[in-house]
Amino acid sequence: MNGSDIIFYLLAALTLVCGVLSVSTRHIFRAAIYLLFTLIGIAGIYFWLDYQFIAAVQIVVYVGGIVVLIIFSIFLTQQAGEKLPKQKIGRKIFSALAVFCGFALTMLQLSQNIFFLPEKEAIPVNVAEIGKKMLSTNAEGYALPFEVVSMLLLAAMIGCIVIALRSKPETK
Amino acid sequence: MNLEPGLYHLLFISAALLFIGVYGFFTRRNLITMLMSIELILNSVNLNFIAFNKYLWPHKMDGLFFTVFIIAIAAAEAAVAIAIIINLYRSHNSIDVENAEELKY
Repeated sequence: MNGSDIIFYLLAALTLVCGVLSVSTRHIFRAAIYLLFTLIGIAGIYFWLDYQFIAAVQIVVYVGGIVVLIIFSIFLTQQAGEKLPKQKIGRKIFSALAVFCGFALTMLQLSQNIFFLPEKEAIPVNVAEIGKKMLSTNAEGYALPFEVVSMLLLAAMIGCIVIALRSKPETK
Repeated sequence: MNLEPGLYHLLFISAALLFIGVYGFFTRRNLITMLMSIELILNSVNLNFIAFNKYLWPHKMDGLFFTVFIIAIAAAEAAVAIAIIINLYRSHNSIDVENAEELKY
């Protein structure tokens, strides 16, 4: 077991422990902070796998964007220091049971499956390659999904403004 | 038991994270915490795509592009969801799903 393996296990433990705490804590603000550490752990795993671009995108979009958005909406909608109400014990038990059965089934399938590792040469994954592929229009390119996602983001932006806009009070 | 991290370890983390997210989605009744569970589920899917791309198709970059697009769509989804949550809070003074049931009847 060398240093790289130890780093991987530390990142995996950080991700899973913070994930469990994020769904089980009754302080909503702490749940958001645990979610932040889970996302950082996943970004660390991407770094460990040598996908620097995805790791950077993960940190910028999730840690810098979505978690901050969630924390702001907690500030807007939650009374400070108030715990979430307790859930019914039956609901918790049955959810845990269903989740455990699903996880066991997945792991069973995974342990019986044999993946065929490829013999082909790995291509370098750097930002220049990603940029070229994202804008090329030939069969291997991703220009169409790129444009569709840009339209989706524009639509989401306008939709957010329209939904969250405070409606004008009725004229007296 | 092979201790060197590989595809199976990544798939284990991804599956565990998915089911943690599903558990949170089942037990939580607050819309913001449910949104957090959805983020966990989407992240596990991303990790799956990246793991398969790294270990099974290293000569292609399809999984990587799927991950990029999923991150973009997740950002849009979170923004719209939070706009809806804030609007709901204005009209109901609560973001508990038990209190927002007009559409049910």
